[in-house]
Formats: sequence, structure tokens, C-alpha cells
Amino acid sequence: MSAAKPPAGLGNRGCLIEARDVVRSFGETPALRGASVSVAPGEVLAIMGPSGSGKSTLLHCLAGILLPGSGEIWFDGRRLDTMREEERSALRRDHFGFVFQFGQLVPELSAEENVALPLLLGGVRRTEALHEARTWFERLGLAGTEQHRSGEMSGGQAQRVALARGLVARPRVLFADEPTGSLDSLTGELVMELLVGASREQGTTVVLVTHEARVAAYADREVIVRDGKVTALAADPVVT
Amino acid sequence: MSVPLTLLGLLEREPSHGYDLKRDYDAYFGRDKPLPFGQVYATLARLARDGKVMPGEIEPGAGPDRKRYAITEVGRSEVEAWLSEPVEAEPHLQTVLFVKVVLSLMLGRSAERYLDTQRAAHLQRMRELTELKRMGGSIDALLADHGLFHLEADLRWIDLTAARLYSLAEAVEA
Repeated sequence: MSAAKPPAGLGNRGCLIEARDVVRSFGETPALRGASVSVAPGEVLAIMGPSGSGKSTLLHCLAGILLPGSGEIWFDGRRLDTMREEERSALRRDHFGFVFQFGQLVPELSAEENVALPLLLGGVRRTEALHEARTWFERLGLAGTEQHRSGEMSGGQAQRVALARGLVARPRVLFADEPTGSLDSLTGELVMELLVGASREQGTTVVLVTHEARVAAYADREVIVRDGKVTALAADPVVT
Repeated sequence: MSVPLTLLGLLEREPSHGYDLKRDYDAYFGRDKPLPFGQVYATLARLARDGKVMPGEIEPGAGPDRKRYAITEVGRSEVEAWLSEPVEAEPHLQTVLFVKVVLSLMLGRSAERYLDTQRAAHLQRMRELTELKRMGGSIDALLADHGLFHLEADLRWIDLTAARLYSLAEAVEA
């Protein structure tokens, strides 16, 4: 399937990923009512908003996990929402990384196997994948926990393992849904520091959903989802 | 910030000259607002008058800074009392934020737009403080955290107010 050209104006703004006028409901309940947002390559964008505003739904639509009822999702000049499921799934595997609120590690696997998972799914040989995975443990202050199962780690350690898993395949975009939501302030800060630091180092774009302003302050820019629509905050507010 | 009590506290560590006190005050507490020398010496003179510090002998040499001040027992118990008292936990309702929202509602202007602009300004400041924390030392981080938590509290108030604008407008118009 050849990639359709993005609508006029989209490509010119140099955005890597974009939602355009996205509407999504769950049964009769509307979650997104015409949400539009674009993210530049290398940018760290925070999506904020009150509970139930539709911010996680927007993230899931941008990541191709949920399909919009109407509207368009574009990634790097390709229309994500009209792709065949296999194609979308391959794109997610090859270009996207994910971190969720509760690490969601596979409990039967060791920490290093969890980190290596995206590489293994991408066809990398096991020894090579594990070797690459191990380099992340030192980097994220996790040395010595390589063989631990998720039950043997603290919440902060497990979330750092999840972060390593999200970044190990050097994705173009990391989607993070309340990555510090289950952590105390200090551990949450450490995770954000590592998340933003490692992403910037390897040029990964980050789309971060959070309701915490302290977490959003690590981003380059914030938007707010309110009643299923996106409000961009003034880029240069004038303080009076 | 109580300058006399802070200087007293610094003197509790060891007897010091005015210059040393100013240097330490600026380094720890007065980063954005250094303490003028005049204020340091005037404060020390008042503290001496009240028996909270004791000036030493005038040391030989040039310049005004030839006296070393030592804290007295009176000064020490004042510092002790001050450090064990909490700062009054008053809600700062009459701040400019509150006034701007209520006035906007009264005048039929968009309070929501104002709150969004304020939110953006708060988030921008939080980004700067987060950067300061990332790049600076642990004292910088301590100061930045204090600012961040206060800004965060304001933001929660902004969010809640934004969610209640409809009923607030009714209350103001009534």
C-alpha cells in the first residue's frame, strides 16, 4: 500500500506525528470531540487535562492502539488510521515505544528479558538482544537487578525497567501514559529525569500524558485536553 | 524572610564579621536579592543593642569590617524559638490571581482565557525551575522544589477554578 500524501499544511510544519480533528467514542460516551495536535521530531510534548478529559484516549489514538471514529492520524507522512492492522502493528513495533503507569512487566521474565522483549519481537537474536538490554541497567542505575523478576523490584526499579524496555529499540516516538502515576515524588522525578534524558540523547520524540504539572514541567511544551478537545497554551505568556 | 533572625542563626555557627555573614546569607538565602552591606551592619547594631549579639574588640586594620560578632544566650534562645515555630499557614486568597478571576467574571470578560494564560506562565516558570534543578546543585534543587510545589498548588487551584467557572459566574452575578 503506498502512503498517501498528508493533507496540505501538515508536512510543512515539520511534525512527526499528528492527530487531526479526531473523534472517538466509547459506546454512547464521547471521549474525543475533534481533537487536533501535532508533535515535532525530537520534541517532548506533555498532554495534560483532568481525569476523563480524553488525554489517554488521544495518546492511544496517536499511537495507533485505538482507531478514531473520524479524523486522521499521521505519522511521518503516513496515514496511520487507514493502514491495515498488520501494517500498523509492525509500525508500532518498529517505531514506537511505550511506558505505562504500572510498569506492566511480564512477571515470568527476568528484568533483562523484559527489556530485551521489543528487540526479540523485532527479530534480533537472543544473545544480541540481551547484550543490548544489559547496557541499559547501568545507565538507569539498575545494575544488579538484571535477573530479578518484577515481584522482586521496587515500584521505581520496575518503572525504570519499563522505561528501558520502551527505549531499547531506539523508537522514533516514546508514548508515556502517566509514567510516574504510581511513584512517590522523588522516585517519579528520577524516572522523568531518565526518561527525558535518554530520549533526548537518542533523539526520540516523547508524547507524555500526565495530570501532574511537576511532571509536565520536564516537557518542551504542554497542551491541555478539555472535554475531548485540545487547547494549546500560549507559547510565550506575558506575565503581568 | 526575617533577616535579623537569619543572621542570628548564621552567627550561632560561629562568631563572624559582617562581610562573612553577608556572603553566607547571599549564597544560601538571598540569591535573587543580595543583602546590602548597610542592612547587615544596621541589623547587627540593633541585635547588639538588644543584647542578642556581642561585638568583639575592634581589630586592627582598615575598613568598617573590623568587628567580629558573637551570638549571646538571649540570641540563641530567640533562634531556638523561631526555628521551632511553624510559619502561619494562611490561605492567600486575596492574591492577584483571585482578584483577576473574580473581576473578570464581574466584568463579563473571559476568566477562562485569563486562567489559561496564567497556567501557561506557571508552567513556563516550572520548566525553568526544573531546568535549574537538573543543572544546579542540591541547594538550587531545594530552592527550586519550594517554588515548584507552590506553583503546583496554584495550578491545582487554577484547574479547580476553571472547572467551576460556570457556577462562580452565577455567584458573582447574583
